[in-house]
Amino acid sequence: MPRLKSVEELETFRAGLLAARDARRPCLTVCAGSGCTAAGAHDVLDGLRKELARHGLEKTIDVKSTGCHGFCERGPLMIVWPEGTFYNQVTASDAKTIVDSVSNGHVPVEKLLYRDPVTGQRVVREEEVPFYARQQRVLFGNNGRIDPKNIEDYLNVGGYRALGHALTTMEPGQIVDAVTRSGLRGRGGAGFPTGVKWRVCRTNPAPRYLICNGDEGDPGAFMDRSLLEGNPHSVVEGMIIGAFALEVQEAYVYVRAEYPLACEHLRAAIDQAEEYGLLGDDILGTGMKLHIHVVKGAGAFVCGEETALIASIEGRVGEPAPRPPYPAQKGLWGRPTIINNVKTWASVPVIINRGPEWYANIGTEKSKGTMVFSLVGKINNTGLVEVPMGITLREMIYDIGGGIPGGKELKAIQIGGPSGGCIPASLIDLPIDYERLTEAGSMMGSGGMVVMDENTCMVDVARYFMEFLEDESCGQCFPCRKGTQRMRQILTRICAGNGVEEDLPLLEDLGWLMKQASLCALGQTAANPVLTTLRYFRDEYLAHIRERCCPAKVCRELIFYEIEPTLCDGCHACVHVCAGQGILGEKGKVHTIDRAKCTRCGACLEVCQPKAVRVGTGELVCQN
Amino acid sequence: MPKLTINGIEVLVEKGATVLEAARFLGLSIPTLCHDDGLAPASACRLCVVEARRGAEGRSKLLAACSLPAEEGMVVHTNSARVQRARQLLIELYVATCPSSKRIQDLASAYGMHECRYEAEHENCIQCGLCVRMCEQQMMAGAIGFAGRGKDRHVSRPFDMTSERCRQCGACLYICPVCELRCAGPAAESTLCNGCLNFAPVCFQSYDDAMCFLDPCHACELSGPLRPDVKIKTRARATVLLGENQ
Amino acid sequence: MTETELQQADSILGQFNDRRANLIAILQDIQERFYYLPQEVLARVARKLRIPLTDVYQVATFYRCFSLVPRGRHQVQVCMGTACHVRGAPRVLDRILTDLRLAEPGTTRDRQFTVLTVRCVGCCGLAPVVRVDNHTHPHLTQAKVRGVLNRYRLKPAAEAASEETGDRDATAQVG
Repeated sequence: MPRLKSVEELETFRAGLLAARDARRPCLTVCAGSGCTAAGAHDVLDGLRKELARHGLEKTIDVKSTGCHGFCERGPLMIVWPEGTFYNQVTASDAKTIVDSVSNGHVPVEKLLYRDPVTGQRVVREEEVPFYARQQRVLFGNNGRIDPKNIEDYLNVGGYRALGHALTTMEPGQIVDAVTRSGLRGRGGAGFPTGVKWRVCRTNPAPRYLICNGDEGDPGAFMDRSLLEGNPHSVVEGMIIGAFALEVQEAYVYVRAEYPLACEHLRAAIDQAEEYGLLGDDILGTGMKLHIHVVKGAGAFVCGEETALIASIEGRVGEPAPRPPYPAQKGLWGRPTIINNVKTWASVPVIINRGPEWYANIGTEKSKGTMVFSLVGKINNTGLVEVPMGITLREMIYDIGGGIPGGKELKAIQIGGPSGGCIPASLIDLPIDYERLTEAGSMMGSGGMVVMDENTCMVDVARYFMEFLEDESCGQCFPCRKGTQRMRQILTRICAGNGVEEDLPLLEDLGWLMKQASLCALGQTAANPVLTTLRYFRDEYLAHIRERCCPAKVCRELIFYEIEPTLCDGCHACVHVCAGQGILGEKGKVHTIDRAKCTRCGACLEVCQPKAVRVGTGELVCQN
Repeated sequence: MPKLTINGIEVLVEKGATVLEAARFLGLSIPTLCHDDGLAPASACRLCVVEARRGAEGRSKLLAACSLPAEEGMVVHTNSARVQRARQLLIELYVATCPSSKRIQDLASAYGMHECRYEAEHENCIQCGLCVRMCEQQMMAGAIGFAGRGKDRHVSRPFDMTSERCRQCGACLYICPVCELRCAGPAAESTLCNGCLNFAPVCFQSYDDAMCFLDPCHACELSGPLRPDVKIKTRARATVLLGENQ
Repeated sequence: MTETELQQADSILGQFNDRRANLIAILQDIQERFYYLPQEVLARVARKLRIPLTDVYQVATFYRCFSLVPRGRHQVQVCMGTACHVRGAPRVLDRILTDLRLAEPGTTRDRQFTVLTVRCVGCCGLAPVVRVDNHTHPHLTQAKVRGVLNRYRLKPAAEAASEETGDRDATAQVG
């Protein structure tokens, strides 16, 4: 494959690819993102390939593994092209039926179609699935169409056209201008206007560096992973355009260690781009030079903070540095550096292709474009959701998310990861944008959205986040290191039923101190989960303190398990899983739980079919 | 040369000066724990936070003065209500962490702190990093450094063995703000402050009430305990020398 | 460390130039090869990069991927991300620790398993998730824990055989 030496050659090559494609040729695409892979996608792929081989159909029907389609709850997912038939929960044993249906005029396989839980109807195409219907998949839309390891697939959907356009018809200043006018804000969490950051960087002299922050550490967030795994070229293209705008010759992508597949696909994409002349010493014959290096993280959430990330690339510990000076002035090796999130970089080619005005038309007045959320937790449809800014929480939870499983009540939505806060169900009509979320005490963050129901204890959630932050604090500065530790200690005490009312104003004061005086954003936002739960769920804290009761029946020291005798059928299943060997009873007879031995592990509740196991709270429970 | 305003007073400073230097030039006092003029700032203790607005930006933030570059048009307040509240809360937390440290107790009395709402811990190290920076930047040895992260972060020698780079200069002990004689409370006459202990290391082997966070001190490791009543206790990772009072 | 192991370590080091920026990548390769960072190798790294051992030690103890003591044959990573937490991960973790007789996350005495908590492997739709080596196990419940671990447990005969070949440094501590 000879290197493409000009934009004309690129477009000619692309036209050639499109012409060679038979649009009517069947293609079975199977989602092979991490989620579907864990659910067995590779078995499905193997099954399909074997089946096609058996019938000698390998030359007429293609099989392709693609990146994450987003609807992880229903994986493994498949799309049959060219019809666009959407199958969910596919297993390897379905391979025969699928191949048969495709080779015989393609009548969709009924049982694999998505079934709308409200109407009971089967839906054929992806766009008709309620989960997808309200999304606007500007960044993720191509994931289901391309094999991330094949650059030609990316070229087929218009990839690198924006790059060609930028290199031949735009000046660096114009690109910065376009990004500014689009209103794009950093998608990593802080939401700083990207164009402004680039403009400031350009006022500082070369050499400059460019970094893609792929250290998606927020638990519950996996959109960056999906983009890096499923469409790495979109990120690469954005970075090359950015490098052109900022006159950068060396760029880095920092990927966290927990994402090996993302690292692999990204490296492959970079290699391919270099092979095709889209990266390297002479990009598309324009003389532009750029090398992108992939750096793997080593297990530190704090390295998502930009100065800590820079330190990590420099081979040092990921301890943040005071800002100012900001990286745009003085960053990697002391040079002006632009760091942006994966989704921010992937937005750049879109803005160049469709124009800044098109982008600015989506969203709200101050929050433009689409946002990708990972909708997880106590929700029926978990997965990645890309929606225009300004959509309400109600639409997200009920229309797209399909509501809460088991008919339970929505209690809160945790947005923005450990730096964000919990929004109570009462604010369900809140439109989602940067400003509104901050007003409500939360934060957009990187887009993690964890749904919580009546069985989630908000004090336990606050404690969970403080445990996380205490663990991940770099420990440099006093208020964060000590603040996270003390907060976690106080919350653990409260969850164990040993809290006092004075703990609450103390938590608020400590939270204020961390917000004001910490060195970096990790410390400054660390108190958010505690402060928002205190603001919206104070009564739960008081119940733990005053009545030694956990209304959500989660905190182990404050609950007890018992078996309702009228419902127990003596099946003995609980006895096998009891961690404390504390269930007494003969097979066929009513069982009882010995509270002195019960460790409140909850395993019996998990396995009890007649639902005889009950959880109570509000009494003093014996410690083991 | 940037011109900034501190507490309403305009001051012209050298390019590259920090707000702490500018404030001291004006004779304003800002408390510090982890700062030393001869060492690069760490901004770890956060006691020196001041309220600063960077000219163009609308809102002011609390930022550590020791590492804040003085910029043209910056507006700084070293004793605003926000700064005072932050200092109070910080000192309260410091006292709870190292209650026997005379230096911290002095800070508490200077800033009128009377009540500590937290449970007391008894840590011997506030992780200001002065010893590490001293060893690396002034003594050019780099024999000690930080290890671990977060609550497990501590000053250490690699693999808990004294490196050959250590020259036993005692500078680390000299510079430590809390590694000194424990406060004797009301009997102030018999308590020495850190200042007059120059190059003789403040080893607890000489004084009953000294705390030693470096475990063990290099001199002790090489020559063994100086006093017969000193016991050596082995912890999981390192050997700790005990004084009589422990 | 044996002579062969030291040679292997040297050949890993030889693949990098002496820039400080390579430190973390070097340690990652060493960790992958030896399942931990042996003291002798760290001393060589410090010499190669011309930085004090304290710097290498600081980096080695800061990042969670690295271990100064040998890790087990199988890495059991229990995801404690928010979605997994809300769906019961702490109880799954407790059950795994009980089953492996560990008081807290660490390595079993026979060095078959190392249990680590990890925050978010990005499979939130399948919470609670446990990753053993490269295999992700979705929708874990306490009842499923024993079955999952049994898939990786050595049979007693095979265990005895591996003891003989002594493929681990017998004098190293269990972390």
